[in-house]
Amino acid sequence: MNTAINYDAHRATPDARYGYQVFTIGSFSFTRDEYFVRVSYPKGTYVSDVGLFLRAMMRDVAWGFFYGWVNFDDVFGTVNHYGSVDVFVGSYNAGYQSAGTDFCERFDANKLYDCFHALLSDWTNEGFDPFAAPLETGSPYGSKHGNNDAAVNFQRELAERFVGSPGDTELRTDARGFTVNRQFADVPQDEPEVHTEPGFEGQLSAFNLFAYLSRSPVTWNPSIASVVGQSAYCPTSEEHMLPILHGNDRVEWFIQLSDEITWQVADKATAAPRAMITMKAGDIAAMPADISHRGFSPKRSMLLVWENMTPGLEERYGSGELAPTAAEF
Amino acid sequence: MSTATRFASTDDYVKGGVEIIGADSAPRYLFSNMFEVASKAQAWERVVVARNLEFTIECARAEGESPWFICAHDETCLVMQGDIDIHFIAAETRPAADSNGAQRVAGVPAGANMGHVRLARGHMALLPANAAYQMRARQLGVVLLQSIEGPLSVQRWASICQH
Ligand SMILES: [Fe+2]
Repeated sequence: MNTAINYDAHRATPDARYGYQVFTIGSFSFTRDEYFVRVSYPKGTYVSDVGLFLRAMMRDVAWGFFYGWVNFDDVFGTVNHYGSVDVFVGSYNAGYQSAGTDFCERFDANKLYDCFHALLSDWTNEGFDPFAAPLETGSPYGSKHGNNDAAVNFQRELAERFVGSPGDTELRTDARGFTVNRQFADVPQDEPEVHTEPGFEGQLSAFNLFAYLSRSPVTWNPSIASVVGQSAYCPTSEEHMLPILHGNDRVEWFIQLSDEITWQVADKATAAPRAMITMKAGDIAAMPADISHRGFSPKRSMLLVWENMTPGLEERYGSGELAPTAAEF
Repeated sequence: MSTATRFASTDDYVKGGVEIIGADSAPRYLFSNMFEVASKAQAWERVVVARNLEFTIECARAEGESPWFICAHDETCLVMQGDIDIHFIAAETRPAADSNGAQRVAGVPAGANMGHVRLARGHMALLPANAAYQMRARQLGVVLLQSIEGPLSVQRWASICQH
């Protein structure tokens, strides 16, 4: 695999047929029509539904390429090397590997971010929110009409210590534009009582996490609610399907707070199926560092994603120094 | 169309599970259910239900008053069942600054009363570093503690996880 980093900026050129720009970076070019994205790369062509593609691209951009692998499907995706990022076709798919049609190119992370963000902005039409569940938003299809930069530029809230602590991220309220989601209308909105003695003002903190999650306007987009050392609670509200298959470069945990999600788990290197995991309220499971996973949430649900942010973990798991599982028994 | 939000409790939980469909094995996923763990635990035992290297999530059966705990780093407490008050004391005796995990304090720690928080299901509290705390459950409850592995962290994966 070629690991030289391409620092060239992308190019965007007009295309009169459907009104969308064509984006080129390195050896890749991205074209969209009314229904599909077409990616040309030196060994061939990749085609996908543009709605699926934009929903996946939204997460890749919003998360700054996230931890490890962001697979848009079994074929196309990115790998985060924290400063540089691989874009690949078929590199983690046994069929492409054996045919020799897999291809990967490494980019400077900022240059690739600029390309993907510009593509997302240009290709997202008015009325379509790639962060929303399908029942909550309009269609991604058709010729270019308007944009939805307000949705595309949505920033997730990242607490540094604890939501609601002095100087940290705030609670979600109607006044801040965070209304209760239609599928969480029955979630109690009471806040805890905090009684602080004189002299200790600001030192005690508590909030209603379930109310906070009931007011999340987006799906499959974890925020950070609390941090202990490098341990981050990343709660999120989930509905319909995780638009990516996340390939772990470290262990990650799921705590199902409400309702139910089924996870489809595959081998990270070959896309071969490995397991289906159904998590109901109160269930807890680890995702090992050698798999990819995609979640399916039939009703909007509350999921606590738990991450270890320790720098360099990707290398310690990648080299085999750390076992891919969180514990053995 | 049903959109009722489903939470669970020690009296009312249904476990999902791991189905293996390729080259894999269920124990790798360390699949458990916090309400089952709490049902079988001693009151205030800190059972590790998730660990990521040194970091832990510990599940406790909340019943009556807990011992007093203190910890050199922040922790958090998420109430998954029950109504729970947490009382805080600015303890005069602190744990070693580089120590990990909660430690038990014998009796009531000496120090000034910092106040208390009153929590219900879904509420989450910061347990600030070096503030001794006691949890008081007003009925049977379940809490998740975000912490670091320490002397009170109990690991019994084989008995809590799907084989
Ligand atoms: Fe993930």
